[in-house]
Amino acid sequence: MNRLRLVALLPLFALLGGCNFVVLSPAGDVAAQQRYLVIISTALMLLIIVPVMALTILFAWRYRNSNRQARYEPDWDHSTGLELVIWAAPLLIIICLGALTWMGTHLLDPYRPLDRLAAGRSVPEAAKPLEVEVVALDWKWLFIYPEQGIATVNELAAPVDRPIHFRITASSVMNSFYIPALAGQIYAMPAMQTRLHAVINAPGRYQGFSANYSGAGFSGMRFAFLGLSDGDFDGWVAKAKAAGATLDRATYLQLERPSENEPVRRYSGFDPKLFDAILNLCVEPGKMCMSEMMAVDAKGGLGLAGIANTLPLAYDKYTRRGAVFGAEPGYVASVCTIEEAQALTTRAPAASARRQTAPIRGAGLPLPELSPRRPASLSLLLGSARPSNS
Amino acid sequence: MPDTATLLKLIFGRLTLESIPLHEPILLATFAVVALGGLALLGALTYFRLWGYLWREWFTTVDHKRIGIMYMVLGIVMLLRGFSDAVMMRLQQAMAFNGSDGYLPAQHYDQIFTAHGVIMIFFVAMPLVTGLMNYVVPLQIGARDVSFPFLNNFSFWMTTAGAVLVMMSLFVGEFARTGWLAYPPLSGIGYSPDAGVDYYIWALQVAGVGTTLSGINLVCTIIKMRAPGMTMMRMPVFTWTSLCTNVLIVATFPVLTAVLALLALDRYVGTNFFTNDFGGNPMMYVNLIWIWGHPEVYILILPAFGIFSEVTSTFSGKRLFGYTSMVYATVVITILSYLVWLHHFFTMGSGASVNSFFGITTMIISIPTGAKIFNWLFTMYRGRIRFELPMMWTLAFMLTFVIGGMTGVLLAVPPADFVLHNSLFLVAHFHNVIIGGVLYGLFAGMIYWWPKAFGFRLEPFWGKLSFWFWVVGFWFAFMPLYILGLMGVTRRMRVFDDPSLQIWFVIAGLGAFMILLGIIFFLVQIGVSIWRREALRETTGDPWNGRTLEWATSSPPPDYNFAFTPVIHDNDAWADMKQRGYERPLEGFKPIHMPRNTGTGIILAGLSTCLGFGLIWYMWWLAALSFVAILATVVAHTFNYNRDFDIPAEEVVRTEDARTRLLAGSGA
Amino acid sequence: MTSPQTITPDEAPVFYLTDEHAHPEGHSTPLGFWIYLMSDCLIFAILFAIYGVLGANYAAGPSPKDLFDLKLVALNTTMLLLSSITYGFAMLTMEKDRVGATQAWLAVTGLFGLAFLSIELYEFHHFIEIGATPQRSAFLSAFFTLVGTHGLHVTFGTIWLVTLMTQVARHGLIPANRRRLMCLSMFWHFLDVIWIGVFTFVYLMGMLR
Repeated sequence: MNRLRLVALLPLFALLGGCNFVVLSPAGDVAAQQRYLVIISTALMLLIIVPVMALTILFAWRYRNSNRQARYEPDWDHSTGLELVIWAAPLLIIICLGALTWMGTHLLDPYRPLDRLAAGRSVPEAAKPLEVEVVALDWKWLFIYPEQGIATVNELAAPVDRPIHFRITASSVMNSFYIPALAGQIYAMPAMQTRLHAVINAPGRYQGFSANYSGAGFSGMRFAFLGLSDGDFDGWVAKAKAAGATLDRATYLQLERPSENEPVRRYSGFDPKLFDAILNLCVEPGKMCMSEMMAVDAKGGLGLAGIANTLPLAYDKYTRRGAVFGAEPGYVASVCTIEEAQALTTRAPAASARRQTAPIRGAGLPLPELSPRRPASLSLLLGSARPSNS
Repeated sequence: MPDTATLLKLIFGRLTLESIPLHEPILLATFAVVALGGLALLGALTYFRLWGYLWREWFTTVDHKRIGIMYMVLGIVMLLRGFSDAVMMRLQQAMAFNGSDGYLPAQHYDQIFTAHGVIMIFFVAMPLVTGLMNYVVPLQIGARDVSFPFLNNFSFWMTTAGAVLVMMSLFVGEFARTGWLAYPPLSGIGYSPDAGVDYYIWALQVAGVGTTLSGINLVCTIIKMRAPGMTMMRMPVFTWTSLCTNVLIVATFPVLTAVLALLALDRYVGTNFFTNDFGGNPMMYVNLIWIWGHPEVYILILPAFGIFSEVTSTFSGKRLFGYTSMVYATVVITILSYLVWLHHFFTMGSGASVNSFFGITTMIISIPTGAKIFNWLFTMYRGRIRFELPMMWTLAFMLTFVIGGMTGVLLAVPPADFVLHNSLFLVAHFHNVIIGGVLYGLFAGMIYWWPKAFGFRLEPFWGKLSFWFWVVGFWFAFMPLYILGLMGVTRRMRVFDDPSLQIWFVIAGLGAFMILLGIIFFLVQIGVSIWRREALRETTGDPWNGRTLEWATSSPPPDYNFAFTPVIHDNDAWADMKQRGYERPLEGFKPIHMPRNTGTGIILAGLSTCLGFGLIWYMWWLAALSFVAILATVVAHTFNYNRDFDIPAEEVVRTEDARTRLLAGSGA
Repeated sequence: MTSPQTITPDEAPVFYLTDEHAHPEGHSTPLGFWIYLMSDCLIFAILFAIYGVLGANYAAGPSPKDLFDLKLVALNTTMLLLSSITYGFAMLTMEKDRVGATQAWLAVTGLFGLAFLSIELYEFHHFIEIGATPQRSAFLSAFFTLVGTHGLHVTFGTIWLVTLMTQVARHGLIPANRRRLMCLSMFWHFLDVIWIGVFTFVYLMGMLR
């Protein structure tokens, strides 16, 4: 029956030639290393899978009922030697694979700055990574280039062979930032920041998209990723510079609204605090930033005085529709005006902007640049130590 | 005086005429078919005066065998629903190229993939697995029934009530559009304000009560009700895997209950567990739901492993190779299944050490699983293998599942997962293990135990046809998805822009069509077998030359399973009895103490459906009323002390004499 | 595994019991109820975990120090602990077949339970009145849910207690009723243990935070 299956699959193999296996032939070094891991692990496992499949067919054939020549031992059910082999063989493979996993995971940690551009080419000492801030919106991608002073929607570009450092967040629901040709994906989550270090090694136009379902417009959440030579990249930046539009907070709030299949947009400038404001859910005027709230909480909250102070904190809760029993809760209605709310928040000790200087080596989600937004749930579940202000 | 609008809102909550999808032609047609079919069925039941029979003998039954069969019926009916969702998805994805939007709008398509996942896991796989355990375990351990027969009936009806709520969402309102695990904030009230997620929550909560209670019931049954002589290490392997599965159920479903309750609080009360603002944390939900979700897949696969063990040993005519290591492998898998949940979201950014910890624990699970595969392999070694249908399914499993296992371990390598996570490769992987493992196991089990349950065999021709269409269809449906995954195609997409992908979706669609034929032929097989049941009649009670205790009694077994409690000396109890000249007792029968039927289970489940419906549509009066009624029914039920009766000795004699004549007639 | 362990081939094996081997009614009930309690315990474990993660997210609102009144909680704890003791007395008198005394102790237990619930409701009412509602912050959501779920359990326990008292009044201390009283006893003490966790983890640690 396996022969039958193989025959049936033959035309498929013919088809395979014409496909773009981007995961298996990427253009970025990180994705290339990840590809190697895929291939090596598969090969390691085939070491045991192939014999098992072969033995299955062999035994099924040899010990078929009609073959009276084959030995029949109905009470043979134990063999210490065999038992040792059948536990040891998978164990050995898993030990190899486990070692590979441990090394590979640390080496390819998306939070770890790159130390090579490609096999045999290390990152030059002077190289500064290209900073890109990525925001997953409903349902499009916003890219902010702090260094170049531009921002784009649904189009991302980077010079070939220059490390890129992405800082990634989302405005409303969870998405996943994925450019298969460049590097593996990482989630984009509201009020949280993830990071990705990557480099593109060949010029070209690649596909990027959200790899985590995020609602009705999810299918159209695609963007082009352009690998450009230095000159072309400068030209691309200049094109954005020439666009004229500025991404200030009002424009952002307009852009943030749900829309599908957005065309490429370019902005020649942006509000310098925009990304941090998005990350901290406080783009809208009058909102208290999460970082500020966390700092207040770390000091024990605002006490009973802060009870009514909810309007500056509400982000998306009441924008579309309130909860059944809490649509217009008394405390929101009873709050103060926005000015009063701001007065309240300013009374709180201002959070000092602390930049993290320590290198991040797989210690979990980083704290947003200003101060912690929320503790990662895992830190509790695993009891791992992490900086805590409480 | 309140005006009409207020009054309507008071009575119907947020349910309006617009909630009924009259504008969706697909749904309307489905509704027409379902309604006509339902009416025909109800009409037939009324015409043939079957209501009384059904109520007395089936709906209110506390007999584990009948409840097991009802679970199977539920699972197969829901399989048809879940599979039509699959076909619709395949069709949409094969069409939506070159600027075409396909035939499903996002609003509908997103419901379909959510419903497909939810239904297949909760209302197909779970009932089928529970049904088989319910039917077989008490027979295998020589018990008359489960520990808590009433609870068993109640559990079944609660599962059904959950299924009813999901089916209701098809015609009243809509189902969730969030993916089958409903991650917040997308499933929060802000981003999913309609009734879909509420259907999801309450269907799973109601069904979850049933599942948890049935888990408690079967754990108790296996621990407390074993026949004398059956030590833990003499239990049949299927009973062992059932024990582990039910321990997992008891230890994980409360987590699901809690996390869905919190999501419900977020949606109904406005609390801040999984919200973006006010200090909530959506990552918490993802962690918690997978702490349930990962053991859940072992809940499904372990009984399948048990079935394969029984089938391989029976059809090889041999003792199971390495019983002890099989048992330890099962227990190790049970424990390890708790330590791997994070591999479902390596891409959340938990850091390299955490990721590799969970990656490696995941890989370790493949060691006992590999040992199991080898055990089956060496059970076949030096056997006399009869290629009956259950054995064919088992071989197909061994050849398919190893591929799924391999891709699973591959996905457990975090950097590899970064490129394959959420891709069609992942979709292919879990269908590879769930179809190639759980479903093939269920088919093997259903065909294996069918003669026991009904007293006649299944006709093999249509069964073989179904088998080949399933197996070949599976490869056609999912190999393209592996390939597409390697081409970087992500899942849950509704439209595509790269035309070179289309051919693969067409092939996958073809595979789905072959599987459809496989399902149809399976149903034909059942129909034909019922039609020709006299020719296929099985009188010995032991059609396959079985090895475990369930084959010692008649097919179908009498209400009391065993006239005398069996005594066990060996782990292949029935093979041992046959070998050492067991003679069936013919006299000395005594009255048998049995539990009495009760309608409380179905009433409670019906009220729970009303409670769920009231909560979904904000009909607070209905919810409150149902809740009070549930409480009152439960309390009233406890006032009934008269819960069992004795089957008189004469009746036992009559039943056993009939079997004696049957056995004499068949020459056994 | 190959050789039948207990019986040698020449011995006539016994393959069935000729006596009716009835598992006495309800003999799995204590185990079953215990497993149920453990599954319930898991729900509380999740709620504790949630409180552990979200318990310091005050959302610039009140913290435990601003809200909790330890004297009130101490009183509340006393009520529940006393109810557990009186339930113990009820079980002791049940062992001695003294229906009247059992009923009396059960009634006292129920009253302590009601006192506990009343104090808890008063506390909740007070919080909500001053605006510290479950919607105010993740901390308060987690607090109300954890403590409220415990309260809900006590409520159902009380309903069950009244039901059982009626049944004891009707049928006396028959084996079925004894079994039920024993199950409720496990349930009641289990809630006590959970409350000790709540008291320590939520209230005491909250004040120390």
